[in-house]
Amino acid sequence: MSTRSFLAVLAVLAVIGLLAFGLLNKGATKIAVGDPVPDKTLPTLPGPGEKSIADYRGDWVLVNLWASWCVPCRQEAPILEDFYKRNRDRHTTVVGINVQDNEDDALAFLREHPTGYPQLRSVGNERSKAFGSTGVPENFLVNPKGQLALIWRGPVDDRFLAEEVEPLIEGKQ
Amino acid sequence: MRRRVFAVALVLCLALTAPAAGSVAQQPAPQTTVNAIEAEVMCPVCGTLLELADSPQAKREKVFVAKLVATGKSKEEVKDALVAQYGKEVLATPEASGFDLSAYLVPILAILIAAVALAYSVVRWRRSSEQDRQSAKGKPAQAPRGEDAERLEADLSRYDL
Repeated sequence: MSTRSFLAVLAVLAVIGLLAFGLLNKGATKIAVGDPVPDKTLPTLPGPGEKSIADYRGDWVLVNLWASWCVPCRQEAPILEDFYKRNRDRHTTVVGINVQDNEDDALAFLREHPTGYPQLRSVGNERSKAFGSTGVPENFLVNPKGQLALIWRGPVDDRFLAEEVEPLIEGKQ
Repeated sequence: MRRRVFAVALVLCLALTAPAAGSVAQQPAPQTTVNAIEAEVMCPVCGTLLELADSPQAKREKVFVAKLVATGKSKEEVKDALVAQYGKEVLATPEASGFDLSAYLVPILAILIAAVALAYSVVRWRRSSEQDRQSAKGKPAQAPRGEDAERLEADLSRYDL
């Protein structure tokens, strides 16, 4: 191979490598039932303080991704609070993660819909990408070992919680 | 008497309008405009410029920007606040560091490579045309032979030259 051909191949490979790196960097993560839950220590909402999903290892955790501007999130907030109150004595909690939002709006949302369960805040799309999220709200049930037991890309209602989530917690499924 | 009444009225007017004037003076003048910011930042949820977005998230982001502009923050300060709230994805232009730096470097490199390739091609083309001219000068014109010579003769005789 001549020097000129070698340089041309090298240039083409460099461009392909650059494009591939860019695509991989921007791509969302794919997660599935049975995978370890994507976890990271995040600031609590309101602060100060930090928590992660791993802090609740040994309990069932329903992770709820939400944003203040999302209308279905407003509708499901009281439903999640009721679920938390009904199940907190059964080694079960809810962890809310606020995403794609600004802090003032998120705090205003929590004043309007106070929750007894912990709330964490993720800046921008970082946690949404980690959960392979396509929007808000999305819900993920995590078993006591820290594995995903259920992935629900949408809002929950009483019926869904009673028919899909609670049987898993009670060990009926 | 009339003068005294006028003086009292004037003092009262000044006393009443002074706090208002003071509050206006305290409000900082905007250093940038909402439009200028919205043209340079993204709606991270929609993936479009904020000025073109109309989603619920974009509407809240616009309110956030308007509040900061009204408090006299500069364009850079507003952008920094947006990054702190929405992450780096909120910036419409890539950062000049890390992988994003390639967005600035690749076009410059491509232009340089294209310029070098063009210069190299021009030099080669000029050299080869020079060589052709030199070789053409050195060689005597050859007379046509065989069939060509016969055809040339026939053509010339037809025109009776």
